[in-house]
Amino acid sequence: MSIKITSVGKTFGDFVALDDINLDIATGELTALLGPSGGGKSTLLRIIAGLEVADSGTVEIEGVDATRLPAQKRNVGFVFQHYAAFRHLTVANNVAFGLKVRKRSKKEIAARVDDLLRLVHLSQFADRLPSQLSGGQRQRMALARALAIEPSVLLLDEPFGALDAKVRKELRDWLRRLHDEVHVTTVFVTHDQEEALEVADRIVVINDGRIEQVGSPDELYDEPASDFVMSFLGPVTTLNGALVRPHDLEIESSPFLGASAGRVVRYTRVGYEVRLDVELTEEAGTAPVLVTLTRADASAKQLGEGSRVWLRPITPTGHDFRVPVGVARPA
Amino acid sequence: MTASSLAMPPVRVEPPTRRMGPRRSRQATSLSGASALGLGVALLWFSLLVLIPLTAVLVQASAGGWDAYWAALSSAQTVAALKLTVGTSFLVTMINILMGTAIAWVLVRDHFPGKRVLEVVIDIPFALPTIVAGLVLLSLYGPSSPLGVNWANTRMAVFLAFLFVTLPFVVRTVQPVLLELEPEVEEAAASLGASRFTTFSRIILPSLAPAITSGAALSFARGISEYGSLVLLSGNLPYNTEVASVRILSYVEGDKLTDAAAVASILLVVALVVIVALDVISRRVARHG
Repeated sequence: MSIKITSVGKTFGDFVALDDINLDIATGELTALLGPSGGGKSTLLRIIAGLEVADSGTVEIEGVDATRLPAQKRNVGFVFQHYAAFRHLTVANNVAFGLKVRKRSKKEIAARVDDLLRLVHLSQFADRLPSQLSGGQRQRMALARALAIEPSVLLLDEPFGALDAKVRKELRDWLRRLHDEVHVTTVFVTHDQEEALEVADRIVVINDGRIEQVGSPDELYDEPASDFVMSFLGPVTTLNGALVRPHDLEIESSPFLGASAGRVVRYTRVGYEVRLDVELTEEAGTAPVLVTLTRADASAKQLGEGSRVWLRPITPTGHDFRVPVGVARPA
Repeated sequence: MTASSLAMPPVRVEPPTRRMGPRRSRQATSLSGASALGLGVALLWFSLLVLIPLTAVLVQASAGGWDAYWAALSSAQTVAALKLTVGTSFLVTMINILMGTAIAWVLVRDHFPGKRVLEVVIDIPFALPTIVAGLVLLSLYGPSSPLGVNWANTRMAVFLAFLFVTLPFVVRTVQPVLLELEPEVEEAAASLGASRFTTFSRIILPSLAPAITSGAALSFARGISEYGSLVLLSGNLPYNTEVASVRILSYVEGDKLTDAAAVASILLVVALVVIVALDVISRRVARHG
């Protein structure tokens, strides 16, 4: 285990940020801490880094109890959402900072900075100031700076949160490839489920200061342990009192076994996808059921606003993943 | 100081003069009408208020020729006044750099009861009419001091008056910069292994250097020009507690305008040299790391 967190708790005044967290993170893994903002995921990350002190519990990094160790001594690389660049230093000197603090020889520092800048594709920007870089470049610089100290774990707090959608997507793919190359144990915090599903080996869903579920992206998506996890990881809709994914609904323009009758009240096309709001005949007056399907499928079935339709959940390979709707948390 | 020189466009725009009627169409600049007008107004304003009066002082100083100029400056009394003024201003500026930064730090980073009151009180030396400040100092440190000290007619009076009136400058220039410094930057330095001292000297200080410099420059300039706050307590004793501004006044009162202008020109040069030197130092510090 690279990181072992045992019954960690943290409160800020009356607010319980973390409540009895137990979590093991394996060496070399890329783990996402996923959850809504204010759920405690960043606090957990900061506790691992030593930037915040837990009220109770212990944190072990590579078998060493780090609970009382200051951030300086943990050998943890940390990347912040807003880059935290050293504005008065050049890109190369930003990356070299940790090595200079460690009093490495000039030759060694130069060689290592060179390697890292090549790794993050910033070699030609070595002598620029951070203010002369784009957001994506600044974040890559921050990553190189964190990797320079050869950290035992790399922690990223909403690393792509401040970037625009396109750069975000690029950087996300790039982080995945980088991790496959460098193999440092990595934990990143995100509130974007797509980011977590796409990048992480393992996802830890955190909400209200507690861990809701830990698992691989597939496990979480296909076998959510709670309504919360199901609705947080992707779109959901309610059919006959059960939570289902809108793309896991079978829709036909004629009756079939086990299907509920309804009528399309709204037809929206978004690119290759068609979204239908279907009002069920038996449950008139309740919120319509959301169905998504491909545009080709929709036109083949001649669906449009006002069409009479029949709906039924698809049950893949005999496994019923439908989760009864909880009392406390409406979809 | 440097900002204004950088902001100047490479094209020379002549200040508007009387005889510019027909040449107006031939504007060898790429400035748009509005910014040309803006620049013109700014230059005119600056010339009227600063450049022309300064030139007038220099002209006045040179009115008696080189010998008269030199004679005015080499009078022992003037030299003593200049030494006292510049030396004390320098010392006070050094103290302000340390104390001002520390006070700004406390105001930004610490939370304590009465912080808002202190925020307001900091500005009092700046807002107070200087003669009132002089009165305050006289009643506090003068012959009838409740503290049991008597610094009237001593150099201590000059020192205290300078300290009093220049206190807010560094505080007020450093404070906003410190407020904008993200705490994450310090956390990043810590996670990279930097001790608190290293983080301060290599990350925080270089970021504050330009602000400290401009605060120090203001503080120094205010020091060498101070008059009102010290006249009451210092006693203006020649060769002892007489400062340059008092010297200038006594020259003016003695109808020796040229001598007064000569002293003024020296103060001008000293101010320029210090401002440039501070700027150079600040650039050095900001690049350090």
